[in-house]
Amino acid sequence: MTSFLNTSRPPVFCPGCTHDRITKSLDAALVKLGIPDDKTVIVTDIGCSGLFDTFFNVHALHGVHGRALTYAAGLKLADPSLNVIVTMGDGGMGIGGAHVLAACRKNLDMTLIILNNFNFGMTGGQYSATTPSDARVGSEFLNQAEIPVDICGVVESAGATYVSRISGHDDSLSDELVSAMQHKGFAVVETLGLCTGRYTKRNQLTPKVIDQMIEQRPSPGGVIAKNQRPEYGDRYRQLAKEKGKFPEPFVVKKQFDMPDTRRHEVVILGSAGMRIVTAGDMVCFAGISGGLNVSIKNDYNITVLRGQSVSEILLSPDTIGYTGIESPTVVMALSDEGVARRQKIFAGLSPDTYVLKEASVAIPDTKAQVEEIDFKAMKIKKTDWALASLAVLAKHEIVLNKDMLVFALKSRFNEKVFNLSMETVDKIV
Amino acid sequence: MAFVFMEGNEAVARGAMAAGCNFFAGYPITPATTIFNNMLQMLPPKGGTCIQGEDEIASMGYCIGASMAGKKVLTATSGPGISLYSEHISFAIGSEIPLVIANVQRLGPSTGSATRGADSDIQFMRWGSTSGAPVIVLAPKDAKDCLELTVHAFNFAEEFRCPVFIASNKEIGMTKESFDMEDLNLPPLVERTPYTGSGPYVPFAADPDKAPPFLPIGGKTLVRQTSSTHGPDGYITIDPQVIAGMQQRLHTKLDAAMDRITLYEEKMVPDTDTLVISYGITSRAVADAAASLADRGRPVSTLSLKTLWPVPESLLLEKAAPFKRIVVIEMNLGQYVNEIKRVLCGKPVDFYGQMNGILIPPAKIMEAIEND
Repeated sequence: MTSFLNTSRPPVFCPGCTHDRITKSLDAALVKLGIPDDKTVIVTDIGCSGLFDTFFNVHALHGVHGRALTYAAGLKLADPSLNVIVTMGDGGMGIGGAHVLAACRKNLDMTLIILNNFNFGMTGGQYSATTPSDARVGSEFLNQAEIPVDICGVVESAGATYVSRISGHDDSLSDELVSAMQHKGFAVVETLGLCTGRYTKRNQLTPKVIDQMIEQRPSPGGVIAKNQRPEYGDRYRQLAKEKGKFPEPFVVKKQFDMPDTRRHEVVILGSAGMRIVTAGDMVCFAGISGGLNVSIKNDYNITVLRGQSVSEILLSPDTIGYTGIESPTVVMALSDEGVARRQKIFAGLSPDTYVLKEASVAIPDTKAQVEEIDFKAMKIKKTDWALASLAVLAKHEIVLNKDMLVFALKSRFNEKVFNLSMETVDKIV
Repeated sequence: MAFVFMEGNEAVARGAMAAGCNFFAGYPITPATTIFNNMLQMLPPKGGTCIQGEDEIASMGYCIGASMAGKKVLTATSGPGISLYSEHISFAIGSEIPLVIANVQRLGPSTGSATRGADSDIQFMRWGSTSGAPVIVLAPKDAKDCLELTVHAFNFAEEFRCPVFIASNKEIGMTKESFDMEDLNLPPLVERTPYTGSGPYVPFAADPDKAPPFLPIGGKTLVRQTSSTHGPDGYITIDPQVIAGMQQRLHTKLDAAMDRITLYEEKMVPDTDTLVISYGITSRAVADAAASLADRGRPVSTLSLKTLWPVPESLLLEKAAPFKRIVVIEMNLGQYVNEIKRVLCGKPVDFYGQMNGILIPPAKIMEAIEND
């Protein structure tokens, strides 16, 4: 192919705009590389650099401001055979800073061309993240109170594996773009250029001044040795391949007759670390094995190692509608924190409600039948109190029996944990 | 009977897998995080891709890129994430990019309560984008619905090339429950229509009531995608007639298919004068309340909407017609009731809503129904 340029949509930049030269250099680079048009996509940002996708006969995606790298990453992950080129201005780099950093850290095989022309050309020459503090721009004095960002410095420290800075007027630009695109990994090329429509009207910026700027802050020169590492997609696919089997859902068939087939509402009141949620799951597995419908909600602190841990379980022969607790049939009070969290329920408990209270736990007055058990005296560790409470239920055949409990433990635990659990259960039932 | 036991979020992930989802990107947020966790377990063994974005905006961007390369994509978040999704929801609507978004709603406004449920975002999902062009929003009531409706969501996203929301709720997403796998009723899978014409591919050329046929970026035929106002060729346009046609089609492609998009459950009881309309988790408490009222000799009929947006106007008109009184119950202080009042204009519509971090109990609903 002699050119990728879309002859029906020629560039429309202001006279003297460096973007025009960059367009031609990018075309020359694509020709030199000889990559197939149908395996190449140009992803563009907003502003004048966002016009690039229309000038080329390759796949094109033009999206919203600052996010071009995110679409590019999605495309590259979905189709690793694509050559992905992103054009973005200094504006897009600023607003999409988090995405620039993430792209550098990931190291997907893509090329980012940042067309730095030191201002927001399209909206009136406002200052951007790269505008010098002493420049005169369309945002009055605001740029004087900030300093510009060094794009190459930032992307290099964020882990980009190829970084270079070059004048948009440099004759070797197309060669530079070729070498960036040939690099396997995330390549960033910062081009410095003139915005003749806005910036150079009030600032002395010429190709010569740009050359001086580059002399003062030379290009990192391409491949960044200290950042070299596997390409993200390759690494991702390698790691993902090591992932085990697809987790099929655990299916439980009815295999026991429930000791009683009433609707039950079970509340377990405990603390973080007492394996309350696990005990709740056990009640559910037991219930399902008895042919009941079950639901469970857990309430615990977002700082998971502290505070209350409360499980609310419904078991019903009928479909469960409302999943809140209305009239508990079983309450297990295993810690003061848990009790404090559901303080209000005790006054309303019916005389039929069975309350299991560990000896060390205080509960408010209640009409329910309360059984106090001293797990500590039985030499059962606090982490096993919830499990031990289930064994007490099994002993009384409330909600579940021993067979159901054993089934639930077997379903959920590996052999070692199961055997340890059974030591606790056997102390009680 | 073969019962499974899972939370709504796992069911969304299983629904996505059943629908052929092969790409997920998301950012952790309670109460939606376990969808991400599940996808991370399920996608890699099936050759799919699952990544964590640097933020919600990026997660949607990854999904948009992957969808344009032909992947079936899912993302999941909650209200604060939907806020950040907004610009990309607009992009996906206007540029007809298939996406499924699971919104496990929590109590807002803003950060609100990470672990407290509410149907906070019912209007936000519909209107939280620019231009007013429509999206599809489906509301599950339980884990089984999460699985089934996610498959529908993918089907709709593929066919209509638009974002489709699963309007879940913390109270569904993080509640584990049993359901019978044998009762699952999954629709046949729908894939986006590929372009098979003989002429040059014009990426947004479509019948006035359809989404355009699709070709992926990276395929043999060059594809253009743009967030700018575009004509059928995918280039920016200022031609009023072309713009008007494209804008209208975004609405018409859904309006013309409302019969198929409309999903609901009903329990019509003969000789009742009150119809209780609800959706999502609340419709389960409504069912309990209705059963108790029937026991007391004051039966009511119920309609539980699964498709919230576009508003199933014909269904509402038809179902409400025989009733003297409509009662709407929502887990917010009144969002969807405004749509029902608009559609049933003139009919008495009573409302009860609650926004306090807990489920509406059946007793409250009975009170609302009985206090006429």
